[in-house]
Amino acid sequence: MIDDDRVFKALADQTRRFLLDLLFARDGRTLTELESELDMTRFGAMKHLRVLEEAGLVITRRSGREKLHFLNPIPIRLIHDRWIDKYTERQVSALVDLKTELEEQA
Amino acid sequence: MSTVTATTQIYRVYIKAKPEVVWDAITKPEWTEKYGYGGQADYELRPGGHYRGVASDEMRAMGSPEVAVDGEVIEVDPPRRLVQTWRMTMDAELAAEGFTRVTYEIEGTKSGSTRLTVIHDLEGAPKLAALVSGELEDTGAGGGWSWVLSDLKSLLETGQAIGW
Repeated sequence: MIDDDRVFKALADQTRRFLLDLLFARDGRTLTELESELDMTRFGAMKHLRVLEEAGLVITRRSGREKLHFLNPIPIRLIHDRWIDKYTERQVSALVDLKTELEEQA
Repeated sequence: MSTVTATTQIYRVYIKAKPEVVWDAITKPEWTEKYGYGGQADYELRPGGHYRGVASDEMRAMGSPEVAVDGEVIEVDPPRRLVQTWRMTMDAELAAEGFTRVTYEIEGTKSGSTRLTVIHDLEGAPKLAALVSGELEDTGAGGGWSWVLSDLKSLLETGQAIGW
């Protein structure tokens, strides 16, 4: 069972967020492709991917001899619906707009 | 086994409901009209049978024809697996991309829940890929699979969908 704790823990790391961004930009990548974007060993990359997989944020599938990694955005969506929508969406989006506007001016 | 490529999208959600219930929620119109885009599924559940996603009022208001999605059933194994082709006919450009392939994998877990995985092979359909990934949600096009499946989870677990 996937729980929120695993998702929050998985997201609480810069490298893992970077891996999700990579898959968001282009899905279905091999370990070798992902590893080449990171400044760490293959073993290190595998460890991070395993945490993401256990949180349900990454799903792997075999394609011939290769294992491809896919981003599963649903756990993030559920957290969004549970924690953002319910309490603060309006205020948050107003603040995000303000931040964007101010940063564009800077 | 489905083949996956870099143009495949995969979505997975855990739902506190039995696989049979999830199967019905995917294949029966009285369920499909209650979540996501709210269209009524019309399945002929045998290999070679038709699939029609009959447009909801919201979809028709957005200019959808009567049948918003069409396709053909390829594989049926209730309540475990459903494979079908899938083409969105809502606009000419999407329809021109032709048929894509959707696989539903429905697995019971030890705790009595269901692990639902949707594999959408979108080879040659970049516009549809953008739509079903939810990229166009801010334009009022709905949030694609992650929205549909979160809504399905909400409906089956709480009796209430989140909706538009």
